[in-house]
Amino acid sequence: MSLTRHQGGGVIAMTFVGAFALTILPLPGALEIYRPEWVTLTLIYWCMALPARVGVAIGWVTGLLLDVLRDTLIGQYALALALVAFLTLHLHQRLRVFPLWQQAVSVFVLVMLQGLIVIWIKGLIGQSPGLWAVIAPAVTSALVWPAVYLFLRHLRRRHQVA
Amino acid sequence: MTLDQRTDAIRHVRAGLAVLVYPLQYAVNIPAELVDWAGESFTSRERLQAENEKLRRENAALRSQLQKLTFIETENRQLRELLQSSKRVGEKVLIAELLAVDLDPYRKAVVLNKGSRDDALYPGQPIVDAYGVMGKLLHVNPWSSTAMLITDPNHALPVQVARNGLRAIAVGSGTEDHLELQHLPNNADVKVGDLLVTSGLGCVFPAGYPVGKIIAVETNPRLPFARIVVEPSARLTRSREVLLVWPGLSERPGNPCRAPQPEEKS
Repeated sequence: MSLTRHQGGGVIAMTFVGAFALTILPLPGALEIYRPEWVTLTLIYWCMALPARVGVAIGWVTGLLLDVLRDTLIGQYALALALVAFLTLHLHQRLRVFPLWQQAVSVFVLVMLQGLIVIWIKGLIGQSPGLWAVIAPAVTSALVWPAVYLFLRHLRRRHQVA
Repeated sequence: MTLDQRTDAIRHVRAGLAVLVYPLQYAVNIPAELVDWAGESFTSRERLQAENEKLRRENAALRSQLQKLTFIETENRQLRELLQSSKRVGEKVLIAELLAVDLDPYRKAVVLNKGSRDDALYPGQPIVDAYGVMGKLLHVNPWSSTAMLITDPNHALPVQVARNGLRAIAVGSGTEDHLELQHLPNNADVKVGDLLVTSGLGCVFPAGYPVGKIIAVETNPRLPFARIVVEPSARLTRSREVLLVWPGLSERPGNPCRAPQPEEKS
């Protein structure tokens, strides 16, 4: 923890609330599986920008809320998002200096990893979605990453979240 | 996770967290409500009158049918008494509304705006709409609950063919608009167009609710079972209002269906 006071916790919380809302926003049936993982994207951004504040614990809590929101087995998204947060923390110095497209590739890998954990747990309890259900959100997440990144960075600078 | 899958232990944790996220679900639902409301407020007077007229006529027709139905029901009860078979008790229903939110994309599930604070809902409780069976409750939270639709790949429903009483299991396919009948041999007596109703076996759904129509029967001599595709009669993707049903299960001692029990194929 640094000596400077943390500020802007509210902004971080609001971005997560926005991400949750986008996650349950109704989409036409066929588009549903192409929905980007908004919560994961937000988590990756904050882990990358403020590794001292947002980390595995927040990843776990948001994952838990996502579990309840999506009515899945409690803990599956919590586990997946905690792991994503851990990896992002581990790589944050490298990710920060990547150009946007390279970040997008890393985001693809992270979201894919999250999807694989979820599909693995689902496989254990006897529900098995196809592999495409893992790849599709990873692809769309990587595609929207630049927009998410620029938007959140704008928010962070404007509200001086530190 | 194991706790959640195998036991009931963290049901309260889920219910508590669900209260936290309910405002969000409610907020996301608002635009859909607004569209509905706007659509209703801005229709012309003539259209409303026409609709009113239509509903009035429909209501009259239904009422006259209902009169006949009460008579038939009484007669049925008397006959059943004569046969000394178990009585079918009347069913209690509650109207709930669907919230316009999407859940897990891998499954077919919906959120209802009624929860344990509104009435004694229980997991496994059947829900139906005006046209047929929709599904059953999965989790009950204080102000909301989630339900699994009959098209969910983990949902299995005991049905019978209305024409000849042939029993079968209808399993969800994971797609929006069809179910499959499993384990019926190639020579089973089913035809395209047959109506399926719930059989009441399995003690979750009350008997006699329409489930769907058979739209395709494919027989392949190389496979042990026929592939039978069913189109659900409930408007799974369009209904906004659903009915929660408390099946009036028989009170006779020794009846296996006495206590409502959730039954799942997973």
